[in-house]
Parts: sequence; C-alpha cells; structure tokens
Amino acid sequence: MTGPLAARLPGGRLHLQHGPIDLIIEAFGARGEVERAYGQAIERFGDILETLVKELPALRRPVGDQFPEFEGPVARRMADAVWPHRARYITPMAAVAGAVADEMLQAMLAGRTLDKAYVNDGGDIAFHLVPGQELKAAIFVNHLDGAVRLGHDNPVRGIATSGWGGRSFSLGIADSVTVMAHTAAEADAAATLVANAVNADHWAIERKPARALDPDSDLGDLPVTTSVGRLPAEIVSEALGRGAAEARRLRLGAALCLQGDWRLLEAA
Amino acid sequence: MSDDEISLSEGERNQGIVRCDACPVLCRIRPGRAGACDRYANENGTLVRVDPLVLLAKPDLAKVAFVEGSTSWAGELGKGEGAVVTGIGATTTYPDYKPAPFIVASKPAGIDTVTVVTEGIFSYCGVKVKIDTDRYLGPEQATVRVAGEAVGHVTTAEYGSQMLSLGGVHHLTGGSKKEGVVTCDTLLALCNKQAVELAIDDGAKVVVQANRSPIVNGALEERMRVGCGSAAIGMFAPQWKDHVDEVIVVDDHITGVLSEHQGGRFLDMKPSGIRVRGRKSTPGRYFQVAGPGLGWGGTNVDDPLQIIEKIDPKTAWPGLKLLMVSTTGEHSGWFVLDRDLKPQPAEMPQPVRAVVERIAENCEPALCTVMFMAGAGGSLRAGVTENPVRLTRSVRDALTKVTLGGVPAYVWPGGGITLMVDVARMPEKSFGYVPTPALVAPIEFTLRADDYAALGGYASRAVSLEDVLRSSKVRVDR
Repeated sequence: MTGPLAARLPGGRLHLQHGPIDLIIEAFGARGEVERAYGQAIERFGDILETLVKELPALRRPVGDQFPEFEGPVARRMADAVWPHRARYITPMAAVAGAVADEMLQAMLAGRTLDKAYVNDGGDIAFHLVPGQELKAAIFVNHLDGAVRLGHDNPVRGIATSGWGGRSFSLGIADSVTVMAHTAAEADAAATLVANAVNADHWAIERKPARALDPDSDLGDLPVTTSVGRLPAEIVSEALGRGAAEARRLRLGAALCLQGDWRLLEAA
Repeated sequence: MSDDEISLSEGERNQGIVRCDACPVLCRIRPGRAGACDRYANENGTLVRVDPLVLLAKPDLAKVAFVEGSTSWAGELGKGEGAVVTGIGATTTYPDYKPAPFIVASKPAGIDTVTVVTEGIFSYCGVKVKIDTDRYLGPEQATVRVAGEAVGHVTTAEYGSQMLSLGGVHHLTGGSKKEGVVTCDTLLALCNKQAVELAIDDGAKVVVQANRSPIVNGALEERMRVGCGSAAIGMFAPQWKDHVDEVIVVDDHITGVLSEHQGGRFLDMKPSGIRVRGRKSTPGRYFQVAGPGLGWGGTNVDDPLQIIEKIDPKTAWPGLKLLMVSTTGEHSGWFVLDRDLKPQPAEMPQPVRAVVERIAENCEPALCTVMFMAGAGGSLRAGVTENPVRLTRSVRDALTKVTLGGVPAYVWPGGGITLMVDVARMPEKSFGYVPTPALVAPIEFTLRADDYAALGGYASRAVSLEDVLRSSKVRVDR
C-alpha cells in the first residue's frame, strides 16, 4: 500500500497525493511563512485519508432526518455541508473533495501570515485572501472558457466543479457546473446538486445503475450518466434551465455548461 | 485492517470484481473500470496501474526503472535524461489547473526545449490500411463492414497492395449511433494493433492487424509477389534458360511468357507455340489471363493449364519442358508435352525448383500497415497555447516537431494540422476513446522554449522532466 506523497512543482507549488486525493497547493507571502505553511500542510496531510476511511461506510449513506455525527474533522465538515440539502438524495461523500480542501487550507493557515493561498483538490478549491488580494480562477471545459476574479470583499472562499464526465458519478448530464460558496465543501455539495439538476430525457443519454459500475458507490442503484450524445438545442436549453433553477434556489453563483451552451448565475 | 475487510465474497469474485489495496480506500473495482483515484483499474480480473506516463528510452540509455513516489522530495531522480516523455497516459484535462496535462521542459543537447505532452480527442480521424496482397479484396469504392455496419471503403490500389480507408467523421458521427460505435471500436482495435475482421461488399473477408500478414478468406497471405509476371521473367530468365523450354509466370495483373518475352528473346530461346489466354500487351506480356481471385498469382485459377488457350502443333514439340509458377512462388507446376502435345505433370528438376524457391525468397513478407490519420483541431491546440493559430503556423514552419507516442508524424501541407503516423511504431495501448464517439491519442508538440513562449505558450506551467518522473507513475518502453 502506498502512503501519502509530497512533491514540489516548479514555481513553488506543493503537490500532495494519497489514493484518490490529489492536491495542488500554493501560498503567497514572505518566503519563510510560505515554507512553514507548506510544512504544516504536509504534516496535516499524513492521516487525512486514513481517518476518512475509518468512517467511510457511514459517509456513503444518504442523509436523512437525523444529523449524522462523525469523529473525523473532514467527515464533520462533509456532514455540515450536506445537511441543508437533506430533502434531496445526498450523502456526505458529495462534499468530500471540498471538505478536504477546507481542512487542508485551515491547517496551513494556522499561525501563519500569508497574503493568499489556495488548496485545489482536483478542481474543488478552498482559498484565503487578505485585503487587496484576489484569486483568478479559470474554467476549462473544451478550451479556456471563462475566468472569475474573486476579491477579499467577496464572501466566496470555495469553488467546486461537477459534471458527468468527471471522476465521480453524476445523475445529470452537465459537462461542467462550477459553483462558488463560502467554503469549498459547501460549493462541492451544491455543485453536485446543480449538476444533477441539469437533466433531460432523451435517447442519446445513456445511464447505468451506479453500483453496476462501482460496487462501493454511495449512489446505490440510482441511474448515473455514462454517455451523452449530441442533443437538440431545445433539450440543452431546458436541461440548463433546470440546473439554473436549482442554483437560484441555493442562491449561489454558478456557471453551467452543456454542449457548448452556458448559463451564468450571480449569487443572490 | 483485517483480512476480512480486504477479501472479496465469492459472488464478487464471480463477477470479476477485484479489490485494490493501493491505498486505504480499498476500492472494489468491476472489470473494465477504474478505482476512485483513476490510477488503478481492473483489466480482465487483474489490478493494473492505468495511464502511466510512457517514457521512451533511447537505445543507448540504460533502462530507466519504474519510478515509485517517495515520501520526501529530496529523493534521487533525473535518470530520464535523453528520454522522451510521451503523451500516453497524460490524460485529458480537468477544469482549472492544467491547460494541457503536462508541459515538460527538458534540455536535450543543451537547447531549452518544451514538449507539450497531451492526449488529443480526435473527432476527425480514421486509418488508411495498406494490405500487401494481389488477391482480389473487392471493387474500388466497395463498402467495408464490421458486424454489418459500414466503417469505410476500398480505395485506389497501390503496387502490390490493396488499400482501405476506414473511419472518418461521416462513419463516426454522421450515421446511426451503432455505426459510430462499431467504427470507433474498429479504429481503436486497429490502432492498438489488434486484429479485426473486415467484410468487403461483393468481395473478401480479410483479417487485418498492424504489422502482421493479412488473412484473406481464411488463408494467411505471407508474401508479397516478387513483381508482376513480366518483371519475374526479367529477373529470373537467365537462371531458367538451360533447364526449360518455356516458363509462364501467372499473375492477376500481367502474366509473363518467357520465350516471347524480351528476356527470353535476348537469351535466344526458341518459340514454344504455347499461347495463353487474355489480352496481349507487348510480346510475352498478357493482361487478364483469368478473373481476379484467390488462386494462382491473385487470379481465380486453381489449375494453371486453364489459362493455356492453345498449343500450336507447327511450333511445339513432344518432350517440351514447361514451368508454370505464380508471382509469389507459392504455386508451381512442371509439365512435359506428350506425343499429342498435351502437357503432362512431371517431377520438377532440382535446378528449376531452386529458382522457384528463389522467387518465394525474393518476395517480401506481406504485411498490413495501419496509418492513423487525424486532424488536430482548435481545442487541442488551445491546450498548448493561448493563440492556437500560431501553433498551426509553427508546425507548418517546422519550428515544432509533432509526434504521437514519440513517433514522428507526417504533417500534411495545406491548412490545419492534419497528420499521419504508423501505429505499429507506437507503444502498446497508445489509443483510447470517448463515447462521442472519437479516438483519444497521445500527441506531443516539441519546440524550443523561446519559440514556445513567442507563440503564447503556457511556459509558466512547464515542469521539468525530473518533476514528471517524480510525481507520475512511469512505464518504460524501449
């Protein structure tokens, strides 16, 4: 079994990887502070996956009427992030990548003075800014499709992206749904729901029960998208409309993409 | 972690599920699927590491070991000097943090070069297949089918070879969904050097596999013909002269008759009076002595005497020695005319047999060649540079070398980046697909670092070869 790995990328970025967790981390500030922050990140990363795995079976169960209690700090962030959405089918796993990013960011900031920092967990990003700083994040679907500048005054500190073609399964057909929220875990859970909502009935869409693809999937026998053929423009538009309605309900800023068509929503 | 948690139930094992123990998640993975990390997969019941980066070691380079990640970044690395990192396993991008999966800065020969390593999704792609055979595969323009679906067509024949054009956007996405899927599967298999059976409308069934001999209607085609019948006479006439009175080299294109041929006349050979069927071209050269088929020399002839139209009694003589041979030397027969001037089979003399064997020896192995042909479009170029048209121009101006899996590609003149590459030279399992359907292939653009910056490249995202080795799983291909 391989343990956690750390590597430095050119330009000073830090790369941490353990099993399915893949983090790109960058901190900005005085050199000594940056190095100490990286040291704290590596220190914290050591048991992140092992602690999560201990509670994995419960984390894969859908959230119901009872608030799910967990011991691990990442698991608790996941529960907090999905609890508001319990009326829908959702499991804490919907927020796992964002919750890891939030936990890692907090660990590297503790006691440090940094101008700016981000933890990118496979596209789900937690970041820190001091006044005067901004984070520029770009969306790359088929090419560099758009970019957003987030300043200190903006309450957003988490960005997450979901879609059917990504590593985790989706009930919807969106190529990509990017959501901005106060934390990466909240953004992660919301992106999952909005991406699920971008949906339509059409013969060109293929679905399979999640467990038929992955026996461990938290989605059980729910049909997940396995292929989306070319869709007529009106179907694309309707599907995006359903996703946009979900994003509006959550009152979050979002960018939705399906087959080259986009919907952009500002936070309410 | 107890063994119970790791072991699988009998039901799971029967379904071909494997348990990955690469990390504490311990994914159960179904056949053909990858685990949560996308780094390990179940391939026919075996746990394999997927999309490793492939390092093409140069022949003079000591074997580069598999690089396992280390827990510290102070580990000793940098053995990859002189090696080429290919796009295989680079995997397509995830939104946000890497425009092309890897931009590798390496310094061969002290020049700052940048190899942009990526995997391209090619919606416009296909293969051109060259099949070394004179056997009749089917009429030009005939549809080529797999599982009943049209995947391409027979195109212009070349010297000693039949040509097929398969795939392309009209079969991939222009027809029915099934046609697209079957076409994609066919291209994927051919590009990954697997055998595929193709059925040609009003023609043959042929099994094609890159760099292997074709199998035409169940018969393995091992040799290309040495030349047409006339060329064979030209090559071997002096060696036959003292042992035969006549030689007929049977061929679907041009059948040669030694005593009439320039080669025989030059050796003062006596006319034999044996006249073959077909249309005479020049002396000793005949077109269409029979129909095309799977018999002698790519004709439909099984008994060579069928192509003899008449034997002139005024010129021929009893005891005349006749050799009939195909252009590959695979078929041969020795005949002696009896008193009624009827050819009778007889045992071939050793010196004649030696020349027949020499024909076979001079035939090159018959192979199938699969050339992947595709266009590198806008989005792929966008992964490489902020200003895609400059990449096209720099490829045109040859500032940029384009390779697929480390193999140099021929780039067509004219607009766009339309390229062609021999799949047989590419590493194993270089190709993948997306359900669009379209093929995914590794593609690398190598250019000088200053040229790369000038064309608007993401130079700031370049990583050194050592870092790629450090952070990625690496497969060594030699």
